[in-house]
Amino acid sequence: MDFAPILAALRRHRTATLLIALEIALACAVLCNACFLIASRIGLMQIESGVDESSLARIKLDCDDCNSTDLNARVMAALRAVPGVQSVAAVNTLPFGERAGDNGVTIDREHYVAVPHFYLGGPGAAETLGLHLAEGQPFQPEDFRTGDVWVPADTPVWISRTLAEKLWPGQSALGKEFWVTDKFHFRVVGVLAHLVRPDPGGTRGSGAAEWSVFAPMAPGKVLNGTYAIRAAPADLQRVLREAREVAQKAAPEAVLDLTQSRTVSDLRSDFFRPSRIMAGMLVGVIVALLLVTALGIVGLASFWVQQRRKQIGIRRAIGATRQDILRYFQTENFLIVSGGIVVGLVMAVVLNIVLMKFYELPRLPVAYLPISAVVLWLLGQLAVLGPALRAAAVPPVVATRSV
Amino acid sequence: MFAYYLDLAFRSLRRNTMLTALMVLAIAVGIGASMTTLTVTHLLSGDPLPGRSQHIFYPQMDPDPKRTDDKEPYDKLDYQSAVDLWSAHRADRQAIVVDSRLKLSDPASGAPPIMSMMLSTTADFFPMFDVPFQYGGAWSAQDDVSRARVAVISADLNQKLFGGANSVGRTLRLRNSNVRIVGVLKPWRPSPQFYMVAGGRFSNGDTADYYGKTEDVITPFFTGLEINDGSFWQFTCWSLPARMGHLQDAPCVWLGLWVQLDNAAKVADYRRFVADYAAQQKTLGRFTHAGNTRMRSLMEWLDFNGVVPSDVRLQTWLSFAFLTICLFNTVGLLLAKFLRRSGEIGVRRALGASRAAVFAQCMVESAVIGLIGGLFGLLLTLLGLWLVRQQPVAYADLARLDVPMFLLTFVLAVGTSVLAGVLPALRACRVAPAWQLKTL
Repeated sequence: MDFAPILAALRRHRTATLLIALEIALACAVLCNACFLIASRIGLMQIESGVDESSLARIKLDCDDCNSTDLNARVMAALRAVPGVQSVAAVNTLPFGERAGDNGVTIDREHYVAVPHFYLGGPGAAETLGLHLAEGQPFQPEDFRTGDVWVPADTPVWISRTLAEKLWPGQSALGKEFWVTDKFHFRVVGVLAHLVRPDPGGTRGSGAAEWSVFAPMAPGKVLNGTYAIRAAPADLQRVLREAREVAQKAAPEAVLDLTQSRTVSDLRSDFFRPSRIMAGMLVGVIVALLLVTALGIVGLASFWVQQRRKQIGIRRAIGATRQDILRYFQTENFLIVSGGIVVGLVMAVVLNIVLMKFYELPRLPVAYLPISAVVLWLLGQLAVLGPALRAAAVPPVVATRSV
Repeated sequence: MFAYYLDLAFRSLRRNTMLTALMVLAIAVGIGASMTTLTVTHLLSGDPLPGRSQHIFYPQMDPDPKRTDDKEPYDKLDYQSAVDLWSAHRADRQAIVVDSRLKLSDPASGAPPIMSMMLSTTADFFPMFDVPFQYGGAWSAQDDVSRARVAVISADLNQKLFGGANSVGRTLRLRNSNVRIVGVLKPWRPSPQFYMVAGGRFSNGDTADYYGKTEDVITPFFTGLEINDGSFWQFTCWSLPARMGHLQDAPCVWLGLWVQLDNAAKVADYRRFVADYAAQQKTLGRFTHAGNTRMRSLMEWLDFNGVVPSDVRLQTWLSFAFLTICLFNTVGLLLAKFLRRSGEIGVRRALGASRAAVFAQCMVESAVIGLIGGLFGLLLTLLGLWLVRQQPVAYADLARLDVPMFLLTFVLAVGTSVLAGVLPALRACRVAPAWQLKTL
């Protein structure tokens, strides 16, 4: 196909050509970045929690004046008696529950390296949660001690692999030590393949989503009121329903927190609901955007076809086939869209840099650029097909009329 | 003449319904998307105390011995600093604020207790923030000092416990203490819940919770500390408190202090007073540094905390990018529409219409398209806001269209379409009449 006559014709319609190209460019920039935002949200939503979500539920009681040892004993005994419960353990929180304690950790007692979340678990908590130890050893019974304010001053802990990598890059974390203030000393005895913090995401970045510490602790003054229940996934909803009742009955002076006493799957689904809505909204914007762009192309192409009816007739009369006319409009659209895409790719990268600055978004992967280019080319061809077919249907006899 | 142009515009729009529909649709969708997000942003970034916010300030200082003057002070104050500044009574009004969770019940009904948020503050809180009362009123300054067992409750709680009746004088059980209700608020929903905003820098952009509901029960500050002792959360501590939840003598910051200063001289005075207090504490050895005191006004403080959630800001930018695309689209379509009528314009010009007249006619037509687009855009905005209200976010119930935003919808719609019309209209009025007449 010879581009020269098309380019010459476009030069006569500079304004309109430029408008369509600019529209495509803007659409391209927004499309790339919106798709990337959607992908990063969906990526976060699929984060591995490191616990057996489908068989876990949580019971949370608020009781500030209870005798905590007595409360723990009463409630845990009652929960264990619920038919279908496989195990019960005291914990401070579970993934996707509320945050129970972030602490800045240091290796030299002076310079903060990271701010992980600290999970505390009583005897049997690791098994109830289904934590998978990648290296290291299980806790010993004597590791579970009580504390007055928080954990005991010297505590063996498990940490997630990403946290280990952050604290000691490239080294084995086993046997290493770290501190919270200068009072709490921790020794790493195990590394977990995965353990997500309760609230992954936000501008904290995806790298910090799994900065977690799991520390053993005896149920007591610090560790009370929150319990993890394990049951068969098919049975879990019923077990939770009954567990809520017996927990309230076992501790009538406490207030059962219904928003937190849920299955972990429900907590997860709630936690990610804003992300799902945002992703849905972005999809809506993309669809509306492509629609509006396509309609713009249809409108302008129809106008051009109508304006050029006579020329088309003449071309047909002197030997051009329908195929030639169709090809002409398709090529013309391809050229305009290509021009828009070239500008749009530059704009997409600029927009991404701006977003990176204000929203701590990672860099746009290069793969998004060719994909959106192809999408826009296809969209352009699809939009121009109707008007181009109408152009191809112009009979040669038009050339002889009203000259 | 205007009426004639209007008539022409409607005729022209009817002539090519497909093209008209496309343009109206583009504008409506663009306006709907941008007005929805703009309304949400407007509601979330508005002034929670219009007319008063410029007199409200939030003093800060840095009691942490491990930090230095080049850092921002913490977002809250330690007990001693807050109580010292408050009891100096150097501002026109001053209030300490802290909230905590506690168990609450109506002892008369015997219904099971509920967990609620309690705000503990001092008497000036109510007049300073213009808090509206339904029944009764605030407690007195004397009640603050004497640790009176009194409380003000929210309209919500009054509805829940007492069915909305006048409950002044009744007793409420807070944890293990009884308090007498002295006031019931009217529905009060400041957006954001500005007096508790803190820590926005560390919230990673997830600031939607700043737009939550106000506390259900409000007690005098010292009374609240007694009733709910052991349940207070620190903003942060630089070393471990001896007893969790009891922070009066702990090395922790956990209290907010708001002051009202009615003129610039008083503001300068108070600024100096805060700096002098810190310097004095340094001399006494309680502070290690005193150079980084701050006193931001309410709006500066909200801005510093970045209260508008980052998702909302992102949506706003996105929808304006979308509106821009719709604008380009409309320019293209209007160009097609006007130039298609070159013949007709040629005749008008030949019959004596000036370029300005043709231009005006084209602009009227663009404005009509904008107006119709705005009308549909308004419907889409209402739909969009309804969708926002279905979301599980703290500010969902706030998402409603107010009068300024309603008017802005039309201003934006007509503005967009007129802007889109300028270029095509300029092209149309440059049509050469002779050439057009020849080809008729």
